[in-house]
Amino acid sequence: MSVTYLEAIREAQAYLLEHDSRVYIYGQDVGAFGGAFKATKHLANRFPGRVIDAPISEDAMIGSAVGAAIEGMRPIIEIQFADFSTVGLNQVVNQAATLFWRTETPCPITLRLPSGGTSGGGPFHSQCLESIYAHFPGLVVCTPATVEDAYSMLIESVTLDDPVIFCEHKYLYYHLKAESLPKDALPLGKARIARAGRDCTVVTYSAMLHECLEAAEEMSAEGIELEVVDLRTVKPLDTDTIIASVARTGRLLCAAEGWPWGGVNAEVISRVVAEGFNLLDAPPQRINAKDTPIPYHPKLWSVHRPAAASIMAAVRNVLRS
Amino acid sequence: MNPILDKARVIKAYRWMLMARLLDERLAQLYRAGRIFGGVFLGKGQEALSVSMGMVLNRQDVYAPLIRDGAGRLAFGESALDALRTCMGSPMGPMRGRDGNVHRGRPKEGYLPMISHLGASISVVNGALMAKRMKGEKKFVGIASIGDGATSTGAFHEAINQAAIEKLPLVLVVANNQYAYSTPTSSQFACQSLSQKAIGYGVSDHEVDGTSLTDCLKTMQDATDRARQGEGPQLVIANLLRLCGHGEHDDAHYITPELKASSVGADCLKLAENTLQSDYHISKESLEIWKEETVLEINQSIEQVQREGAPDPYHHSWKSLISRELCEHS
Repeated sequence: MSVTYLEAIREAQAYLLEHDSRVYIYGQDVGAFGGAFKATKHLANRFPGRVIDAPISEDAMIGSAVGAAIEGMRPIIEIQFADFSTVGLNQVVNQAATLFWRTETPCPITLRLPSGGTSGGGPFHSQCLESIYAHFPGLVVCTPATVEDAYSMLIESVTLDDPVIFCEHKYLYYHLKAESLPKDALPLGKARIARAGRDCTVVTYSAMLHECLEAAEEMSAEGIELEVVDLRTVKPLDTDTIIASVARTGRLLCAAEGWPWGGVNAEVISRVVAEGFNLLDAPPQRINAKDTPIPYHPKLWSVHRPAAASIMAAVRNVLRS
Repeated sequence: MNPILDKARVIKAYRWMLMARLLDERLAQLYRAGRIFGGVFLGKGQEALSVSMGMVLNRQDVYAPLIRDGAGRLAFGESALDALRTCMGSPMGPMRGRDGNVHRGRPKEGYLPMISHLGASISVVNGALMAKRMKGEKKFVGIASIGDGATSTGAFHEAINQAAIEKLPLVLVVANNQYAYSTPTSSQFACQSLSQKAIGYGVSDHEVDGTSLTDCLKTMQDATDRARQGEGPQLVIANLLRLCGHGEHDDAHYITPELKASSVGADCLKLAENTLQSDYHISKESLEIWKEETVLEINQSIEQVQREGAPDPYHHSWKSLISRELCEHS
């Protein structure tokens, strides 16, 4: 028996609904239909009145989650595509993210953002917005890369008393599989060494983890060993784990699917340069998507985002300098 | 007689209006004396409508006031002391110097703190009402207060539609005060009356003379009763005029003399005093005594706030999350 990344998200929600009467799910088509990606399939039936269809009103969906959280509930808001969350950005960054700071009132809401590119997704169904949300104080931003993390991090996110942006990657939904659901997990805020290696640290997260691991396997055949760090949460950033890895390898490449300007890669490099400059044997580098909207045609898309081949080229660049 | 209009309640409402007006006047003085950080935003001319919201709510209800709701806040349970603490940045107030002036509330008590983005509070009230329903509470309502300007926002549209779909006990009160900052209603909406919007959303509507305390009390009581009884969202349009600038920095030169002279331009506080004397046999002397008592309470509160001092930036908790272990260094 195996479980996919998407099934892990569904099972995590079923577990939460089962064990915590404060939890409910609100989003477009999440009820009887089971969600655009079927992340809530059968849940409306199993938990009557707690898996609620929403109108196409991201602002009101997220605003209402803040109000429900004030009343002690723990809403999970499914945004149909991460791209549409910008319609409700105001409620996230000005209501949810400021509530505790302003009033000492907890705001335990979880926004599930189906993120990232898939073939044919195009400009408005492919975005990675974790860097935008990480910019604002008052939010935790999760970017699980594995089936196990999709499950355990979602449960921990909903259990947390703070607002969480849960960026789940659509590319991983169906083809990423694990043997079973995890029994235990690293806590939120801790990065993981996904692969140990001595030659270069590659810091990454979400779907890019698998491109980086593929690159690492290919380069291993040439005798180059990459150490791959899976950030798991981009906010907070586990700077200690990153710096410790750079201390071992002396070199750093950051790989992310989001756009290059600012963002997670820039933040990681900034911290490593500021806190671990003397550990570096070469200038740190980054690889991001191209600085254009995300293209529709699979051939264009395949070079728009980083992939194993372009990551290997970027690593070679770091190793050469 | 409608119980909301019994003598004790009307007197109570009037006294909150009076306190809101006198508090506003003191805040304007403090602002000019440089004792307030940032701006000061007054509710002059809107006290009758505002107080009526606070008067018809109970402890288990939800209230999201806006900038000109000093009277409603007091009637809902806020003290003049807390209002002054927030305006003067006291660390003892509900916002502890982290937010100021009209951005104050106690969410755990159903008193929601506004953000500056208009229309954004409505869906928050909706969510609180959805939660109460899920928790099995009964006979609760929520009031969201906005102005004519907020009816142009996407947030207003999404939230009133959401409340209608969910049949929530939301009372959405629009102070149609003729201007959003300096923008007249002719540049804000093209329908004949804002109450026409109700039909498009499938909600009930009420229109009221916002200068009349007794009319506002009756209408707010009727609207909240209907919402409590399960009749769904109620849209209340109150026609009145803001008798001041947007803030104390604004001389409101754009308000036309015709509007000031028209019926919406009447001062609700003066009209309420007239009603108290003519219909409730309150003497001029009583009105004077109430005024003196209120001034005294405000002055004592100001003195207390001044003694409370300022927040200490070097011993402040700069943490934006409850989960301290997840806070980034700052």
